[in-house]
Amino acid sequence: MAVEAARRPRKTGGAASLQSLLWRRPWLRALLLLTPPMGWFALIYLLSLALLLITAFWQIDSFTTQIVQVWNLDNFRTILLDPTYRLVIGRTVLMAAAVTVTDAILAFPFAYYMARVASRRTQTLLFAAVLLPLWASYIARVYSWILILNHSGVLNWSLQSIGLPPANIGYTNVAMWIVFSYIWLPFMIIPTYAAMERVPESLMEAAADLGARRWRAVRDVVLPLAFPGVVAGSIFTFSLTLGDYITPILVGGAGSTFIGNVVYSSVGIANNVPFAAALATVPVAIMAVYLLVAKRLGAFEAL
Amino acid sequence: MNKAEAGSGVWFRLVTLAATAAVALTACGTTTGPGGSTAAPPPTANMKPQTEIGPGEGQLNLIAWEGYTDTSWVKPFTASTGCKVNAKYAGSSDEMVTLMAGGGGGQWDMVSASGDADLRLIYGGDVRPMNPDLIPDFADFQTYFKTPPYNTINGVHYGISLQWGPNVLLYNTKKFPIAPTSWSVLYDPANKGLITVPDNPIQIADAALYLMSTQPNLGIKDPYELNQKQFDAAIALLKQQRPLVKKYWPLAGDEIQLFANGDVMVGAAWPYQTITLQAAKKPVADTIPTEGATGWGDTWMLATNAPHPNCAYLWTKYVSTAKVQAQQAIFFGETPVNSKACSQMEALSAGSCKQYHADAVSSYFDTIKFWKTPIATCADGSTTCIPYSTWQTAWTSVTSS
Repeated sequence: MAVEAARRPRKTGGAASLQSLLWRRPWLRALLLLTPPMGWFALIYLLSLALLLITAFWQIDSFTTQIVQVWNLDNFRTILLDPTYRLVIGRTVLMAAAVTVTDAILAFPFAYYMARVASRRTQTLLFAAVLLPLWASYIARVYSWILILNHSGVLNWSLQSIGLPPANIGYTNVAMWIVFSYIWLPFMIIPTYAAMERVPESLMEAAADLGARRWRAVRDVVLPLAFPGVVAGSIFTFSLTLGDYITPILVGGAGSTFIGNVVYSSVGIANNVPFAAALATVPVAIMAVYLLVAKRLGAFEAL
Repeated sequence: MNKAEAGSGVWFRLVTLAATAAVALTACGTTTGPGGSTAAPPPTANMKPQTEIGPGEGQLNLIAWEGYTDTSWVKPFTASTGCKVNAKYAGSSDEMVTLMAGGGGGQWDMVSASGDADLRLIYGGDVRPMNPDLIPDFADFQTYFKTPPYNTINGVHYGISLQWGPNVLLYNTKKFPIAPTSWSVLYDPANKGLITVPDNPIQIADAALYLMSTQPNLGIKDPYELNQKQFDAAIALLKQQRPLVKKYWPLAGDEIQLFANGDVMVGAAWPYQTITLQAAKKPVADTIPTEGATGWGDTWMLATNAPHPNCAYLWTKYVSTAKVQAQQAIFFGETPVNSKACSQMEALSAGSCKQYHADAVSSYFDTIKFWKTPIATCADGSTTCIPYSTWQTAWTSVTSS
């Protein structure tokens, strides 16, 4: 006891002096706390983005595929002038938009029911149901859709057993649209639900007092207040679709190439990293614009 | 298309570069040999290969096709030589090139490259000459595979041939009770939505091979050496084919699934897919149509900075023996280059020697156009041929449209 008692003050003394130093010098405390995350951010994120941008202005030797560090805009010119890449970019953006709109339409009533109608118990159950698919691997969920949509799949089997002709939507853009909408749906439901839950019940009561029926109140009160949540969800659905390249490989057909697939084949097949980098700046630019618009619409307050 | 214009900058520079080099070499009195050699010699051409195999280093790092390092023949090798085999499987020829180009620091010892990758590895300086005198079984190799144009340049061996196989026409026997005799089924609008084709730029050569017999006035002699006019014709044919294609298959397993589920009825494939589907009792068969076929020939190539060259030579020596050649051929569904492997194959699986053409006479190899990297220099020494980089961008424009 005595020994311990004698030891303790010295120990706390060291810690105490460090504590008081940090208290006296708040900038030191901020530095210690922020250096690891900021360093990580600068090194891993900003530096790699910067390298991506720099590489995009280089070229490769077309035969040996070694990078030639000559500054030029050829890669960007190819992307802008070649109809192939315009088509690929257009297809990717359209698909991302279609998936986002589909998910918003599907998520809104679901989130409304979850936030404003369901009992606590049902709410928990629904929450689990929304999140459960995220426990399974992405690839497994995409493959399960192949089993549903392919020629001898569950869909055609069901259609034929009730006497309808088979639907040949396996390996098409329609299949991609269905799979993307399914995969990213939870990312739309959760922000929409969060925004709706924040709409005070008193506003609904006030709307009712002023003579608004249920639908009118939903349209004029809930929808505008929950809209930033939908926009926040759309950031996920849009950017995740925009950057995907696995679903097009697995469920896409012959004309389903995405920006990500061209980037992938530029690196993996052509070993043309500069061109891949140039093409990869396209989704970065699209997302920058999208985020600016989303910020205007108040999406970041809803997150 | 604008495709050609977009690529013309690089194309023009490469032509100029190659032309300058050709002029410089001609001035020095050097002639370039036939068979895919270019004006400038490969960077490693003057590296003297070793003349004897020393004791093994204990390790061997391979980049291989999946199935090329099966334990059934790797285990006895490690037991007898002490070389532990560490294999990385590559999914495509292009991945192999990328891995080798990135492993310049001496990470890899060997790569089991296919012909469409070989010249890129050779001219990229990623692989170095090998000494066939150290491989006793080399003497028994089929003549074609001792010096195939895809791995031998000016008599220098950049690797030792391993196995080969044709690219076959795979079809559903219910849809086609009589075997198709022409590749035209892949370009026939009647089969719209029932066709699958590999997602690989080298597929342009298959279109060129078809054009060799359907449009002889184009004057295509070698489907890997196409001038602008011939190349444009092949791309035009592929663009016509594109709306008929259900899916461009990325991996062999994907094509197997497409046939197994009845999504496609006909396609370009390897014998491996046929064997796998037939083993699963699916109604498929394959054929080599009258126009002939393209094919692949694989080569074990030695990395320029290989850290374990002795183990690499021990390995090459081992996989060239008739027994291992037969084992691998049966396992993967391909054909050994060692002519003595035939009897071993029969012992493992009766009839397999004939089935895989392991007993083929040399005239048979004239019907197979083996993959080789398309380069700007044609066989006649002119630099009007379309290089592989243009094949890649053109292939993207075909499959993405």
